[in-house]
Amino acid sequence: MSFVILAAVTVIAALGLLFARKPVHAALSLAVVMIGLAMIYATLEAPFLFAVQIVVYTGAILMLFLFVIMLVGVDTSDTLKETIAGQKVLATLLGVGLGATLIAGVGQASIATMRGLSSANEGGNVQRLADLLFSRYVIAFEATSALLITAAIGAMVLAHRERIDPKQSQTDLAQKRVADYAKSGKHLGPLPPPGTFARHNSNDTPALLPDGSQSTRSVPAILAGGRTDEGEDA
Amino acid sequence: MNGLEQFGQDPWWIIAIKVLLVFVVCVVLTLFNIWWERKVVARMQHRIGPNRHGPFGLLQSLADGVKLALKEDLTPEKADKIVFVTAPILACVPAFVTFSVIPFGPEVNLFGVRTPLQLTDMPVAVLFVMAIASIGIYGIVLGGWASGSTYSLLGGLRSSAQMISYEVSMGLALVTVFLMAGSLSTSQIVAAQEDWWFGALLLPSFLIYCISMVGETNRAPFDLPEAEGELVGGFHTEYSSLKFALFFLAEYINMATVSALATTLFLGGWRAPLGLGTLWAGANEGYWPVLWFFLKMFFFIWIFIWLRGTLPRLRYDQFMSLGWKILLPASLAWIVVVAVIKMAAIEGGFSPNWVLFGFGLAVTAVVVLGFLNRLPEKEAQVSTPTGGFPTPALPQGGAVRGAAQPLVFGPPPTANGVRILPSPEEAK
Repeated sequence: MSFVILAAVTVIAALGLLFARKPVHAALSLAVVMIGLAMIYATLEAPFLFAVQIVVYTGAILMLFLFVIMLVGVDTSDTLKETIAGQKVLATLLGVGLGATLIAGVGQASIATMRGLSSANEGGNVQRLADLLFSRYVIAFEATSALLITAAIGAMVLAHRERIDPKQSQTDLAQKRVADYAKSGKHLGPLPPPGTFARHNSNDTPALLPDGSQSTRSVPAILAGGRTDEGEDA
Repeated sequence: MNGLEQFGQDPWWIIAIKVLLVFVVCVVLTLFNIWWERKVVARMQHRIGPNRHGPFGLLQSLADGVKLALKEDLTPEKADKIVFVTAPILACVPAFVTFSVIPFGPEVNLFGVRTPLQLTDMPVAVLFVMAIASIGIYGIVLGGWASGSTYSLLGGLRSSAQMISYEVSMGLALVTVFLMAGSLSTSQIVAAQEDWWFGALLLPSFLIYCISMVGETNRAPFDLPEAEGELVGGFHTEYSSLKFALFFLAEYINMATVSALATTLFLGGWRAPLGLGTLWAGANEGYWPVLWFFLKMFFFIWIFIWLRGTLPRLRYDQFMSLGWKILLPASLAWIVVVAVIKMAAIEGGFSPNWVLFGFGLAVTAVVVLGFLNRLPEKEAQVSTPTGGFPTPALPQGGAVRGAAQPLVFGPPPTANGVRILPSPEEAK
């Protein structure tokens, strides 16, 4: 019963992943698929795998996906234009082939009762997993972690860029501002926000200076519509 | 019955009562914590705080909740409607779910049925809390994204980066607890702390957990996702009415959750504090443990409030480097130490408790002393009365002219309440 419900939810979410227009919606459907899988693990008496599936896949990896998608663009949707010639045809052929193989294979399997679950989970699911991981499969386990660390370091090396000039601290910036003021009289403090002393406080209303003239620097350059004058007040 | 077998035996109506109790406890705790926070912060700022509604203003949060629910519910035009509505629910539901594995007490008699004061437990209960909490982050991230506003997006991004970073050090701080308890289930971890609280045995882990739980819940001084000066309201800038209330509820329940988890994992859970159990056998039986549990939990919540009332917000890069460059390596090193000491104790046949306690105390003392040593000494403020750029010269005769005379406390008032002040000559 629980399998039927979970399978339905998972399959619907997987279809959503395929047909969603926005990348974020696709990523969300994938999250639902992952959580559905985790629930199925839980019903199959594998509590550790259940928790780890959610922590690792949903919590870390998919969050990273979401992060990248959100940073790349909020409203971008996939283009339907082919970039590799013949990709659609090949993908359809291979997909149908895989589906046919799977249906043929799974259709021939006969499902008997589960065996060996109680002996595999004897003394606790977590304890037995730890036993196996740190005795029989310890080399594979360590090799996997080495591989992951190598990949992480490789990514860092590829993305790393040497800084050529030293980073300016807050002290340096403050000293530079004061020096600029002494040299050219450039205003020291923060710019006045729009609308200061004026009759309106909307973003495109310039602030009024003490003598009643308008400070164009108080209006963001984009709103000023090209009136980007460097430093001079009208 | 001992161990995990005692769970899953309840009749359905006991389970229903427990679910209801967990829900009610979460909601009432939130209302109480909001009032308590406002009251304590007010005291710290020499104000009175809420005092109008109910005794001591206790009903203030309830009134605020009703007000929030009656406000207009706005949805921005650019918002992604489905995700925008789902996000607050996604933030709120996991917050409630995590409370289901928190043990409030031992086996008690609940309406004639012997049952543990805990909704359920599982072999991976603590991992379950971490997993569900990581689903809760989705609510915040998606809320930030779906609002279609820059402030919200930045707040959501910050919050997810922050929670992922601090979840790592939090998880590593928990590893030593698992090592010592030999289990991941909350009831077993409480049972393992019968003699020694893990907060004393694993002091460095406890401190790392305490720091990362503040980061994990987006509370001051780590409340960068809702930095008012920079991001308006952060991820919930565009939310109003009940949707905003759900986010608010989730934040306060999360605060209670991490406090309850800290109590369970490090301060002995529902066990009576300070060896009270040895003096008075009944302290660890019946419903008394609920009192100890909530006292310990409120201790953590009070620390949350204290931090908020005291510390300024961290800069983002400092905050990230604290998480990744200090807390993470420190917890890794401490895990190795604990594993080595425990293994040596098993091989050598001695109890690791005093060794761990001494080692942890020494490490913590060294770190704290080193930190105090690094603080810059306060230099006396040097005034430059001669003046120079950009400070103008001070006026002749000091900073302030016409200042009041120094305050002099005269003799006590006479019988009729008249105070006879000394003349200026006498005062000199």
